[in-house]
Amino acid sequence: MNLAADLSRDELLEKLRAQAAAPTGSRVQQHFPVPAPLAGLLPGGGLKSGSAYCLDVAGALLLSLLAEPSQAGHWCGVVGCLDFGAEAAELAGVNLDRLVLVPEPGEQWLAVVAALAEVVPVLAVHPPTRVREADASRLAARMRDRGGTLLVVGEWPRAEARLVVSEPKWQGLGIGHGCLSAREVRVSVTARSLPGQRSVRLLLPGSDGRLGESIQTVVPRLRVAG
Amino acid sequence: MVLANQVVACSAAAVAEGVRVGQRRREAQSRCPKLKVLLADDARDSREFEPVVECVEQLSPGVQLIRPGLCVVRARGLASYLGNEELAAETLLETVIAELGITSGRAGVADGVFAAVQAARQGDPVQVVAAGAASDFLAPLPISRLGDPGLAGLLPRLGVCTLGDFAALATADVRDRFGVQGVRLQALAAGKDSRQISPRVPPPELTRRLEFEPVLTLVDQVAFASRAEVERFIASLTVAGLVCTEVRLEFTGERDEFCSRVWLSPATFDAASVLDRIRWQLQAAAGKQLTSGVVSLEIEPIAVAELANHVPGLFGLGPDEKVHHAMSRVQAMLGHLGVVTPRIGGGRWLAERQVLVAWGDRSVSGLPTDRPWPGRVPGPQPSTVFAESLPVQLVNANGLPVVVNPRGQLSDSPTGLQIDGRIRTLIGWAGPWPVAERGWDQDRKKVANRCQVVDGTGVAWLLFANAQGWWAEARYD
Repeated sequence: MNLAADLSRDELLEKLRAQAAAPTGSRVQQHFPVPAPLAGLLPGGGLKSGSAYCLDVAGALLLSLLAEPSQAGHWCGVVGCLDFGAEAAELAGVNLDRLVLVPEPGEQWLAVVAALAEVVPVLAVHPPTRVREADASRLAARMRDRGGTLLVVGEWPRAEARLVVSEPKWQGLGIGHGCLSAREVRVSVTARSLPGQRSVRLLLPGSDGRLGESIQTVVPRLRVAG
Repeated sequence: MVLANQVVACSAAAVAEGVRVGQRRREAQSRCPKLKVLLADDARDSREFEPVVECVEQLSPGVQLIRPGLCVVRARGLASYLGNEELAAETLLETVIAELGITSGRAGVADGVFAAVQAARQGDPVQVVAAGAASDFLAPLPISRLGDPGLAGLLPRLGVCTLGDFAALATADVRDRFGVQGVRLQALAAGKDSRQISPRVPPPELTRRLEFEPVLTLVDQVAFASRAEVERFIASLTVAGLVCTEVRLEFTGERDEFCSRVWLSPATFDAASVLDRIRWQLQAAAGKQLTSGVVSLEIEPIAVAELANHVPGLFGLGPDEKVHHAMSRVQAMLGHLGVVTPRIGGGRWLAERQVLVAWGDRSVSGLPTDRPWPGRVPGPQPSTVFAESLPVQLVNANGLPVVVNPRGQLSDSPTGLQIDGRIRTLIGWAGPWPVAERGWDQDRKKVANRCQVVDGTGVAWLLFANAQGWWAEARYD
């Protein structure tokens, strides 16, 4: 009460904001790098350690998110993806020497994720069952403590951001001729801490298997009506 | 057995058909069309011969292994015990044959190793050359018995065809022409073998066996009871200057049940990690392989390495050890194949190109990656590769199935892809591209035609058609 009495309302608010923004745990908040075209979409410009991100499918987008941290020497884990395409992962830039797969965790997937979260900083999970709120928050606490990032294929409570791949357009394949060479998609991100939806058109995968250059970024703006 | 296209060893039955050591493979096969040709493999031979050496060692210590299939032992001890040399050789041979159940063997007794080996070759099954008679015994044998291809080729052309002829030459002349090696070989031919038997040191017994009395029924009890023995096991390895990287644990249950497993470690095993594995193996086996109490435990080191190569770094454990520990925990939950690391191999099929190696196992070499593999999928690779291909159906506008005709073309333009009973409209397709491999091998040959299709939702599929129909090999998503 004393504190509140000494400070004006604005000063108090300012202080609280600063406290909320400051790192809470003993570990410094760090960001795992993501490919440049995606960096502009995600809050903080990368995958925030201690948070979870939702993806709609386990495909090329997941691989391109794993690529940069794995190149930086971090271990990556993929839990619950039975049909993982390792060759696509390598082409996308994932270092296979730093990748572990748990293809069929079954009922124990949450325990497996919890065990791997201790040592694997970037963990992709395809949960076979719906996660309970309590389990998710317990896991989130562990991720925050260890400074890891969870990439979830499917739904996850209190995810930092949701990445959706839409409007896929394959290039190179015609009616009866050609072969698949690249795919143009729109990747949209809905983040908890940023208003609106940001999206970008990308080549995912490009002709070399990696994420290709962005073509244009669309950020919705508020317009004055009337 | 064949090395570099030449016969290096053959059975008695093959000899009867006219196969000889040194023949070319084709020649041997023409003599005996039913000849079974194996590649020469020293490691396999040594492995097979090891029990024989051990069995001989039981009867008479001081065995020297010359090469797999041939060992020498001092005759004096056994001969003086049994009375004479012939009886000693017969007893040795009979015991080995009876104990190991091998079909035949030969033995020879003579002064010196070389003469004894030649006697064993003549033996039927036992040949004893009396003391001092070695040079007479060797004299009629051909020069090739010396095992020196240079001399065996040259001397007969100079008119020296037998060991006796060679021994009769003046030593000074032999030294002038063939050097020190020639003089040594001449001494052998004359029956004067100066070599001593240098007996092998039997490898230390590292395997540990532990009996539980009374029978233990709780995992923790077993782990606790084996702690001291495991520590002794690790200590005995350390004394031998070794560390263990692969260990086999075998439990025996009360109802004659066995539960055996090989554990590998990318690092090395210490007492605590062996105890962990004892616990994990029992937890995994409880109620399945083992339904009764544990009677005994055997700890056998499968692979050992020099201790000096595995000294931990000055600054303690690296982060990779922590990773290994966590992975091992997950493996303990899900089983050995629960945690895998992918490796890229060669091949034409996507599933065979990605080799999944269980955590801690050494990577198995798949097909070589440096070959061109014509027929493999070009361009960006699919991010979903089905472990088991999905049965699908390609249909045309009328809903009729599309097939690949014998000319390697699609019978009609496909417009729909049926997966799990649902038909997806196709907006693009290409193919078929033939993939044919191992046409010479009836069992493993694969002939198929690949197609890439894109359905209306923008998902691309990699399909292939074989004799059984259409299959989805992978999905691009």
